[in-house]
Amino acid sequence: MAVSELGDRTDNAASAGGSAPHGEERPVILEARDIRRSYRMGDTVVHALDGVSFQVRQGDYWAIMGQSGSGKSTLLNLLGCLDRPTEGAYLLGGDDVAQLDDDDLAEIRGQRLGFIFQSFNLILQLTVLENIEVPLFYQGIPAREARERAQRYAELVGLGGRTHHRPLELSGGQQQRVAIARALVNEPLVILADEATGNLDSATGREILGLLDQLHLQGRTIIMVTHDPNIANRAEWVLRLKDGKIDRIEPGGKHPEGVRTPERH
Amino acid sequence: MFTTFLRTVALGVRSLLLHKLRSFLTMLGILFGVASVVAMLAIGEGASEEAQAKFLELGSTNVIARSRKPSADSDSSAGMAARNARGVIYGLTFKDLDVIRGTISGVERVVGVRSVLKPTAHGSRNVEARLSGTTEDFLDVARVEIDRGRFLTTSDNLRRANVTVIGEEVRRQLFPFEDPIAKHIAIGGESFEVVGTMRSRGGASEKNFEGSDEDKVCFIPLATMETRFGFIDMQRSAGSRSTEQVELHEVRVRALSLDAVPDVAQAVRDVLKRLHEKDDVEVIVPLELLRTVEEQKRIWKAVLAAIAGISLLVGGIGVMNVMLATVTERTREIGVRRALGAKKRHVISQFLVETLGLSTAGGAIGVFLGIAIPFVVEHYADMKTVVRWDAVGLAFGISALVGVVFGLYPAMRAASMDPVEALRHE
Repeated sequence: MAVSELGDRTDNAASAGGSAPHGEERPVILEARDIRRSYRMGDTVVHALDGVSFQVRQGDYWAIMGQSGSGKSTLLNLLGCLDRPTEGAYLLGGDDVAQLDDDDLAEIRGQRLGFIFQSFNLILQLTVLENIEVPLFYQGIPAREARERAQRYAELVGLGGRTHHRPLELSGGQQQRVAIARALVNEPLVILADEATGNLDSATGREILGLLDQLHLQGRTIIMVTHDPNIANRAEWVLRLKDGKIDRIEPGGKHPEGVRTPERH
Repeated sequence: MFTTFLRTVALGVRSLLLHKLRSFLTMLGILFGVASVVAMLAIGEGASEEAQAKFLELGSTNVIARSRKPSADSDSSAGMAARNARGVIYGLTFKDLDVIRGTISGVERVVGVRSVLKPTAHGSRNVEARLSGTTEDFLDVARVEIDRGRFLTTSDNLRRANVTVIGEEVRRQLFPFEDPIAKHIAIGGESFEVVGTMRSRGGASEKNFEGSDEDKVCFIPLATMETRFGFIDMQRSAGSRSTEQVELHEVRVRALSLDAVPDVAQAVRDVLKRLHEKDDVEVIVPLELLRTVEEQKRIWKAVLAAIAGISLLVGGIGVMNVMLATVTERTREIGVRRALGAKKRHVISQFLVETLGLSTAGGAIGVFLGIAIPFVVEHYADMKTVVRWDAVGLAFGISALVGVVFGLYPAMRAASMDPVEALRHE
């Protein structure tokens, strides 16, 4: 697979995020073009996604909202390269994911995506540091380097002193921090967060959201799925799904006034 | 690449250690399978080697005819006729010796032996030794080695000389401190000059398969024996006394080659059948006995292979069963790993390494046990055992193979899971 060069992300990061100067167009790193995903259930065909198009630019902070059955999960699975669209194109860092085979998809996930799950999904037999290392292991990054990077990100999320604990020895908030460090360690193009605070109490949830805000300010691109309008309001853009279609895309609470309006399809 | 493999192995070992009891119980099947195969092979190999050594001792190109006292059954019918005033007459005769020598082709040597028990003494020391009358050819048909001096010669027989060659045990008992050569000993009341001594033939097993001590023997010329002691042997037992007349106790026929042995054996049997109406002669063919042992060994090995196959199959099924359960149990982990960039082959190797770890650990402990058991058997049951390292290697190799064969399906199943479904799994 030809993984196209993306330029130095941190270079752009300085000018990305909320502090981007007016008028400057950041590069599009993720684009959905008329994505459709249908399942066959018995004799009927269910159209979970029915023509979804939007663009995410580097440094964007998006929230995807919608009621259950609206196609949220399906869209997230497609954006996460865990699934392929039945029709349409999904461009992630310039490559059309719809055309890739299973191994290439795994490689894309490992290199360009960071996952944060509702239930943390840490591997219980591994320590904090080892959990953070997992994505690097599959990219064949040498153990020593992986260890250093994992340590660095553990410190970044505020877990520098707990790196040798097992997940079950940590609180829920701490576990989610481990998961965030794991999502960052491969320096992905996009961080995908699926109801990242769903299993946390509201205070801890706020902490985690604060951490995401911070990551966004540092220039990272975040797409999160949530059903909570208050949480969605922290994003720059809110994409509302309804019956497998985009209901509307509207600016969120963090929307930098007047930067741009995403094109509607 | 190699370090990736090592890290996969380390990960697998840790997963196994996470459930120590489960892992241990799972490997038991393979452990016992390998242990029993290694142990049984060692015991079987030991037994057949012992038997082979005994038969080789008799000489593989030899055909041995032995006199046998007719059973009571034949004694009452045909045997009665042979009973005369001097007691029972049976067994091989000089005539048999001449006929075999004269009529059978493919024969290199024909040697007659007459053996009786006689009191043997030197000064105040004495021992009850087997006295064997034979000819100089005996050296060619038996595993006898001269230690000092010489064996019997043609002229000893022609002169009917009173000379003897003594076995190691006789030498030890009669001449513990002196050189026996040229000394005279008394055998059955006659005086014999010691002209040679023999090396010990016993070694670890002192008895040969007839149960007599191979080293407690005196060889004298057959002609001398005939002249001095005659053919009548008196035996006293529990208040009664019986006499027997036997000319020769054994005729050893040495074939020219191994290939000639079956024909020579058949010819000897035919000749003796014609000359002996009574059932008073038996023919022993060491080569046939060897072949029998080899055949038994082959059957033993086939049986072992079947047992090994079944036990390793059962062990393998056990391993597969546990691995399938493990895969289901860790569905979520598989989904997470896939989401974080694991390819199918990563998942396959992860689970395959675990299965291999289980089966080779079981195999290794099994090999250890399988080597230990023969030692215990040898010590307590007084049986010879031989641990063959190729068998050990094979058993261990098969245990590893079981790991691959029975690990592949669970691993493939883990890898073929849809990541989306796996992540949703509770």
